Amino acid sequence: MKGYNEKLNIKNRKTNMREQIIKILTELRPEFDFNQEGVDFIEEGMLDSFDMVNLVSELDATYGISIDGVDILPENFATVAAIENLLKKNGAK
Amino acid sequence: MDFIFKNKRVSGILTILPKKTVKFEEEMGNYSFSPAKCMKLKLAMGYNEHRIAERGQCSSDFCKFGLQYLFDNGMLAKEEIDALLFVSQSADYYMPPTSNIIHGHFGLKQDCLCMDINQGCAGFELGLIQAFMMLEQPSINKVVLMNADVLSSKVSDQDRNSKPLIGDAAAITIVEKCEADNTVYANIKMDGTGAMVLNIPAGGFRMPSTTETAVMEQDAAGNFRSKNNLVMQGDEVFNFVQREVPPMIEHLFEQSAVDRDDVDWYMFHQPNKFMLHKLADKLGISRDKMPANIVENFGNASGVTVPTCICYNLGDQLVKGKIKLCLAGFGVGLTWSSIMMEMGNLMFNQIIEY
Repeated sequence: MKGYNEKLNIKNRKTNMREQIIKILTELRPEFDFNQEGVDFIEEGMLDSFDMVNLVSELDATYGISIDGVDILPENFATVAAIENLLKKNGAK
Repeated sequence: MDFIFKNKRVSGILTILPKKTVKFEEEMGNYSFSPAKCMKLKLAMGYNEHRIAERGQCSSDFCKFGLQYLFDNGMLAKEEIDALLFVSQSADYYMPPTSNIIHGHFGLKQDCLCMDINQGCAGFELGLIQAFMMLEQPSINKVVLMNADVLSSKVSDQDRNSKPLIGDAAAITIVEKCEADNTVYANIKMDGTGAMVLNIPAGGFRMPSTTETAVMEQDAAGNFRSKNNLVMQGDEVFNFVQREVPPMIEHLFEQSAVDRDDVDWYMFHQPNKFMLHKLADKLGISRDKMPANIVENFGNASGVTVPTCICYNLGDQLVKGKIKLCLAGFGVGLTWSSIMMEMGNLMFNQIIEY
């Protein structure tokens, strides 16, 4: 039972983080659909460098972290999965 | 490259700001962002208002005004100036050197070394290092370091990367010999492969200004500028600063054997609030110890931001007592430099308007 609950918690955290990222992205650029799979947000022009700054500020505040400045690179904001990895690398739980 | 200096001190700092203030809201209509996005830009970067020189006001005018103020108030005597050091990217002329123009304006003595250095955001640190090196000479006892820039007129009104942050200003710093040991630790690094990351393409000998270079062009981000305008590759500058500045400061801690918690204030160049907060976080320094309020209130005047930051945030504290400071500048060149020093008992540390 304990193992099942732990797995459930991890799954919930993953879902929550993904949902939270999409919510923040949508608030930032409401004209785009960030639920799409296989879309590169940078290449498609859905996020520019200034959006990345705002996104980092929002993510820092939401997760109580400070994303390392050297990680603020376009490739780390190209997809929801990339942003999830960025958050985990910088200590988000 | 590391430096150590002894028996030298800063004895006064005077910042000279233009009277003209322009608010972010007055200019945001020029940018290719919606009003809502402009306000987000303002909040994230800490933009509010900036000081802009009037048309025709040159770097030397601000320096001359500041020097006259010091002479008139008995804070500096002409005959004690052994070197005039002018650090700027906006000289009055290609030739002669602006420091010589200022020297001539005041009729300073002939035994006075005039030197112009073309340097920007690390210009205060580089200028201090140069001043300290000059003071190694027996014939030089007092150096007047002038940092000045009036680059706002070189920035396109439709460039949201650079226009909201640019500021014009000058600072005069008196550097002299002293009997106390007063050890200063400094370092400086250069990477000329990034020289064009911040540049003004036209107007020099490589590409003289013509009607063609004045044509406005749109970049991929929607900014409009001509080849006569300053261009900053913002992403490259941001990455450079985040990559190079933290290790430089860590090295300075080792070099000076000073613990980060024992530094009273971190007076860094002021590109924007976001960048400074990221540097403070990376270095494990309280954001409160690294003021980020100069762009917000006055704009970024290249090498003048650090002395402005010192005058604005410390004021009389530096007249009445001593404070351990870590200074850092980073930008055009690419150049990055830092200094660990105790500063205090200054004769003056203030801001005036011209």
